[in-house]
Amino acid sequence: MDRKTEQWPLWEVFIRARQGLDHKHAGSLYAADAAMAIENARDVYTRRNEGISIWVVESKFIHASNPDESASLYDPANDKIFRHPGFYHLPDELKNI
Amino acid sequence: MHATEQELFDSKISQEIRIEPKDWMPEEYRKMLIRQMSQHAHSEIVGMLPEGNWITRAPSLRRKATLIAKVQDEAGHGLYLYSATETLGITRDETIEQLHAGKAKYSSIFNYPTLTWADIGAIGWLVDGAAIMNQVPLCRASYGPYARAMIRICKEESFHQRQGFEILLTLSRGSEAQREMCQDAINRWWWPSLMMFGPNDDASPNSQRSMQWKIKRFSNDELRQKFVDVCVDQAKVLHMDLPDKDLKWNPDSGHYDFGEINWDEFYEVLKGNGPCNHERLEARKKAHEEGRWVREAAAAYARKKNHNHALI
Repeated sequence: MDRKTEQWPLWEVFIRARQGLDHKHAGSLYAADAAMAIENARDVYTRRNEGISIWVVESKFIHASNPDESASLYDPANDKIFRHPGFYHLPDELKNI
Repeated sequence: MHATEQELFDSKISQEIRIEPKDWMPEEYRKMLIRQMSQHAHSEIVGMLPEGNWITRAPSLRRKATLIAKVQDEAGHGLYLYSATETLGITRDETIEQLHAGKAKYSSIFNYPTLTWADIGAIGWLVDGAAIMNQVPLCRASYGPYARAMIRICKEESFHQRQGFEILLTLSRGSEAQREMCQDAINRWWWPSLMMFGPNDDASPNSQRSMQWKIKRFSNDELRQKFVDVCVDQAKVLHMDLPDKDLKWNPDSGHYDFGEINWDEFYEVLKGNGPCNHERLEARKKAHEEGRWVREAAAAYARKKNHNHALI
């Protein structure tokens, strides 16, 4: 009776709220193909004019860094504070820099 | 010495750092979230049924359009929550199977029938009002995907409550028969709405754990009291009564005292013996089964298109 139906692929949805902004991750949904994913994303995530552009990508194509490796992954940035402008001591009378 | 995973988790919770899907978390935390979030998702979906009952009979085009928009929102809320639940490692199919098998619960409030048009107003005002009271603190829940889904949901819920109140306000200013219909709906929905906050704190074993883990931020009784206080004043705007003879301002506590909830009724409905439990579940199963050919056809079409594309 409870016959298994093939599960549609999962898609990640990115929405551009307005011109000039980046597409931002909004959530995920199931859809048979890209066209359906965009239509569903419109209905699920932009019912109140939250966006003017939608990107969808199948979730399986997204690769993520591993949070367990965060320490070693981001460690090289920790001791390089000279990458920040505040590292440099300059006289107050120096303007426009 | 390295901190254990448990210590790392505990320190994130105490520092208000959100837990994200790939982070280590205690099995009990994961289970509690799956139970609560899937229950929440199911409630949104089953919650469409009592309201859907009145779409075709809404008294005007304006009322029909807003009711359709509201029911569509509930479907959206269900989807946000199912997606968030899936990040915990349970599939969409599994959650839906649990609902259909009667293993997963949904909010008991949806096992009550919508007998008149005024019920749509009472649901918006009281049921959505109680839901908002519960949900606003969940926007700060310790699990990131849940909190993010709740923020989106809360933004949309306030329209629901206002449209409900407007329906009741219109009836309350109408004919004698309309005023009676309005009062009758409030009478029937008031107590079940208070039950939505769950058992009293001393009878709610999971609550304490949930608050330690910062999933819940306020206890059932605290939220229920807040809801009663707010509603008493709102009922005055409608010139309607709340059906509780013990409802009285208490100057010492600064809150309204209210009568004892009929917990026998609460547990009976929870056990499946409410007026519409059977009907609701059957409607969900039927929709799932009757939609199967659509899902299969869409999958077959996508497969065929991909195949043709590969040949070019």
